[in-house]
Amino acid sequence: MSDNATSARAGISSPEASLTLRVRFSEWIDRHSRQLFITPAVVMILIFSIFPLVASLIIAFSRIRLRGGGYSVRFVGFDNFSKQIFGSEQFHFLGTFAPISALGWVFGLGVLGLVLFWLFKYATAKFTVLGFLGRVITASMAVGLAFMFAATLLSGKPFGTLGTTLFYVFVGCGIQFLIGLGLAFLCSQPIRGRNFFRVVFFIPMMITPIGVGYAFRMMADTTKGPFSPLWKWVGWGDFTWATDPWAARIFIVVADSWQWIPFIFIVLLAALENVPRDFVEAAQVDGASSREIFFDITWPQIVPVAATVMLIRVIEAFKIVDLPNIMTSGGPGIATESMSLHSLFAWRSLDLGQSSAVAYLLLFVTVVTCVSFFNLIVVGRMRANG
Amino acid sequence: MAERTLMERLFEPAQIGHMPVGTKIVVYSLLLFWTAFVLFPIYWVFITSFKSAVDVNSGPVYLPFIDFKPSLHAWKELFVFDWEDTLKAYTNSIIISLFATALSVLIGSMAAYALARIEYAPKFGSILIFVLSMIAAFVGVGVYGVDWRLACAVAVAVFFFLIKALGRFYAARLGNGDILFWMISQRILAPVVVVVPIYMMFQSVGLLDTHLAIILTYAVVNLPIVIWLMYDFFKSIPIELEESAQLDGATRLLTFFDIVLPLSKAGLAATTLLVMILAWNEYLLALFLSTSKAQTMPILVAAMNAGERGILWWNMSVVIVVMIIPVVVMAIILQRFIAKGMLLGAVKG
Repeated sequence: MSDNATSARAGISSPEASLTLRVRFSEWIDRHSRQLFITPAVVMILIFSIFPLVASLIIAFSRIRLRGGGYSVRFVGFDNFSKQIFGSEQFHFLGTFAPISALGWVFGLGVLGLVLFWLFKYATAKFTVLGFLGRVITASMAVGLAFMFAATLLSGKPFGTLGTTLFYVFVGCGIQFLIGLGLAFLCSQPIRGRNFFRVVFFIPMMITPIGVGYAFRMMADTTKGPFSPLWKWVGWGDFTWATDPWAARIFIVVADSWQWIPFIFIVLLAALENVPRDFVEAAQVDGASSREIFFDITWPQIVPVAATVMLIRVIEAFKIVDLPNIMTSGGPGIATESMSLHSLFAWRSLDLGQSSAVAYLLLFVTVVTCVSFFNLIVVGRMRANG
Repeated sequence: MAERTLMERLFEPAQIGHMPVGTKIVVYSLLLFWTAFVLFPIYWVFITSFKSAVDVNSGPVYLPFIDFKPSLHAWKELFVFDWEDTLKAYTNSIIISLFATALSVLIGSMAAYALARIEYAPKFGSILIFVLSMIAAFVGVGVYGVDWRLACAVAVAVFFFLIKALGRFYAARLGNGDILFWMISQRILAPVVVVVPIYMMFQSVGLLDTHLAIILTYAVVNLPIVIWLMYDFFKSIPIELEESAQLDGATRLLTFFDIVLPLSKAGLAATTLLVMILAWNEYLLALFLSTSKAQTMPILVAAMNAGERGILWWNMSVVIVVMIIPVVVMAIILQRFIAKGMLLGAVKG
């Protein structure tokens, strides 16, 4: 590129050479620079994201059979989706439904009431059609999910890949945020060896997820793993975590946290270091306690960063696939299967329609969650702060 | 000054900027605990790479030379007996992550710069027509078995015809913000949503299991990150510099490569490192797009799960260690930039 640049510079400094081919070429480039700058990115995204997205949509609405050398496509409408939500795959995607227990009713109706109250408040305060529609979508998904958990988890039945994915996303990201913030706060204190901790805490993010998966499988081994004496001492020597749904899920969250806390940590640490020292010192002079300083001065300054970093993290967390695949292959049963993994398994059994349908459902849940998070929390905060 | 109680002396600062002893103990023990939590799995993988099968299977041993006699048999197996496979995977990984990163950063920062500095206003109607003609082409190819080249040609022709014919009737336009949002939102797509069509696409043009296919895919997957981070960086550069360069007669391209890019070194470093880590570690897409020739390191790690013989922990550890070393070294050198680069993206994003 520098070659190109120097030739252009030569063209500028010597007008007598302005008719050479090179200069005419660089003039052409200059005239079309608007398009030249952005076209490569647009074309690449069109070919590798939008084409596949549309193709996936078509696959999701059809049944594909592979036959010697080729394949046949038959349009089946919403079959693939309704199979996941109402049909034979319901146990897999949503969970095994039971009659809703009393606790389930309390929870489901509680969420419904809260959501209706929230919608009512919005509709009476400031009403725009688009804003209301968006909130209705968010609200109906919240209620749907609440009743799904009410009919499965709270009624003593296992939930499916949707519930597992949401568990990874919300529990995992919540833990990661708290620990990441805590570590960043500790590292922002005047301590020795700050650079050492910063580098060490950052390392896990660079390790391939598949390596993390296998490393934690070794960690978790209760008979040959490094902590097996500890397990034996506690009396859980023959407890295999991979056969207990909740132990397996929690272990995957631990591994996921180990890998992703560094990301949250490093960004929040940079944000904390950006908080002007004068503010904090002035408050200290005025005799504010450290808790007051944190919640009244530091926290409001880092909220925008925190919201964005969590948005990125939540987007990535919905895609979790390597860890459950490596650590448990989705087992026991389907207890640790995320939606990405569900789709991958469907693909492996050559059921392309189901695979795409699950992938699209994942896309829908992700988009609704992330857009809600962004519009309701991030933008709301920005407005509140001016 | 009044007499201070023990608790006060331990936990309340005597003067500003001073950390009392009790707080110090708590802070350092928390930090050291987390250091141990972070480092222990890595240490375990590292020593496992020097263990023999017996050492691994007979229960935990912790300290080389004390608990067990370290052996190089796993390293030998990968670097002497399977040298060709290891070398192939390693060079594949290096080639793919370098080229994918370069491509992604180049294209992404050009687009980010364009969005930060040039006004775009595509018509909403034209985009709608484009999407519809694309869907039509897809249905034609997928459902009715039309030849894909023919379908593409017809779709493009129809698209231009409709734009010319209907262009006067709609005026709604999108802005730079919408384009930016569209590009960044591509990150939401889980690989599983798009990987099957990408697989079919590469199969139909005969590029499956080649470096090119993986490089292109990785470049696009990471494009949203590059655009996001670099957009904020370019926005933060004072526009006066570019304006004066343009007054002196510099072209846009020249301004970009000679003035803007050198000014955003920190952002470029952070973005490059981040994208390179992601490309280096990616597993799922590589699993779909490579079968033997273009296999990358993560595939090699998974290959150590050798079915009936169980997992060859020692060999796998060697591969993981070999994979970790270059990124860790690179990241320790560049980590200052990462924090800065990400912070900028996060603050303004």
